Amino acid sequence: MADSRGNFSNFGIFTAGLIRQNPTFAQILGLCPTLATSTTAENALGMGLATFIVLVASNFFISMIRKLIPTEIRIPAYIAVIASFVTVIDLFMHGYTYQMWKTLGLYIPLIVVNCIIMGRAESFASKNGMFKSLLDGLGMGFGFIGAILLLGITRELFGSGTIFGYTVWAKSYEVFVFVLPPGAFLVIGFYLALFHYIGSRKKAKSTKKA
Amino acid sequence: MDFSKLLALMFVAMLVNNFLLTRFLGLCPFFGVSKKMDTAVGMSMGVIFVMVVAGVITWFLNLLLIAWHVEFLQILTFILVIAALVQLIELFLKKTNPTLYSALGIYLPLITTNCAILGLVLINAGANYTLMETFFNSLGSALGYALALILFSSLRGRLDINELPAAFDGMPAAFITAFILSMSFEAFVGIIKV
Repeated sequence: MADSRGNFSNFGIFTAGLIRQNPTFAQILGLCPTLATSTTAENALGMGLATFIVLVASNFFISMIRKLIPTEIRIPAYIAVIASFVTVIDLFMHGYTYQMWKTLGLYIPLIVVNCIIMGRAESFASKNGMFKSLLDGLGMGFGFIGAILLLGITRELFGSGTIFGYTVWAKSYEVFVFVLPPGAFLVIGFYLALFHYIGSRKKAKSTKKA
Repeated sequence: MDFSKLLALMFVAMLVNNFLLTRFLGLCPFFGVSKKMDTAVGMSMGVIFVMVVAGVITWFLNLLLIAWHVEFLQILTFILVIAALVQLIELFLKKTNPTLYSALGIYLPLITTNCAILGLVLINAGANYTLMETFFNSLGSALGYALALILFSSLRGRLDINELPAAFDGMPAAFITAFILSMSFEAFVGIIKV
């Protein structure tokens, strides 16, 4: 795993989450919210931002207190930290973005058990300094927003012919299944195949050169 | 509350609002342990067990939270209770039922971070179910989870034998399979009304 390489440059840490170790497409983590809330681009962005904030905050905070937590009880301690930040986001969204809070519903409290956040806490923030953990959180967070937004835009475009509510093509072209739950599986399946394909092409190129 | 309504609640949770295929809860083990049939069965048993126990216990805890007017602590309380509960169940099974313990094996600790459990107790708390309703909803959800997981794992077993385009090999093909399975569960929508 690239995470254990301590001498990784700061820039490298930041960009790892964007594509190379993208939490959704490369690590295939945190699927539940990604698939459930990507019905429209707007919902996807809302979910992406909420997860982003929790991820960055908990990564930073956990790395700050990493030396105070005994190893045996680190998992419950991480969960408590993450759950506190999620409660803050939940109350904040209830207060300021009520409509979004209502649409995302159950999936906001479920950010607690999003394996991306737990995974970063365990494999990165617990071993690295605050600045590096912050960068890692930002990189992974942007990677997650990008991935969920890509899914959201695709599903909204094919499912209802719009992007962020703006009409792209006539409603008669919509394929309703993209907005239904099965559509999420279909879209992410094809994106993963694309990701594999591009990855294998790159590998083939680099071996040719060498 | 008559029994037929409870049964209807159970079947809706099991088929119409299937946790894996309609609500997207607990997907990590869905793709993680579904490669082999026996691991899928082990995980399903663990989930059924923990879901029902956690559902009932959090029902009592939620009464306390409401009585003290601290509902905003739901997320924090429930996740910590689930984590502690899974540990307790593990210890308890190890002592009393070693066969079941070894059958569930590594799946028990994994269940803590399974969002299906937290999702279920939050759904129960949000719907203001009675104790009986909570029990049947939890049981139905758990059985639905097991059904989808075992079906999916047998599909994936078949998939392994076939040759696939290189780009689709592995996870992409699993997702497309899940798409087809999920389509078939869509057919249950609207069959039962509660």
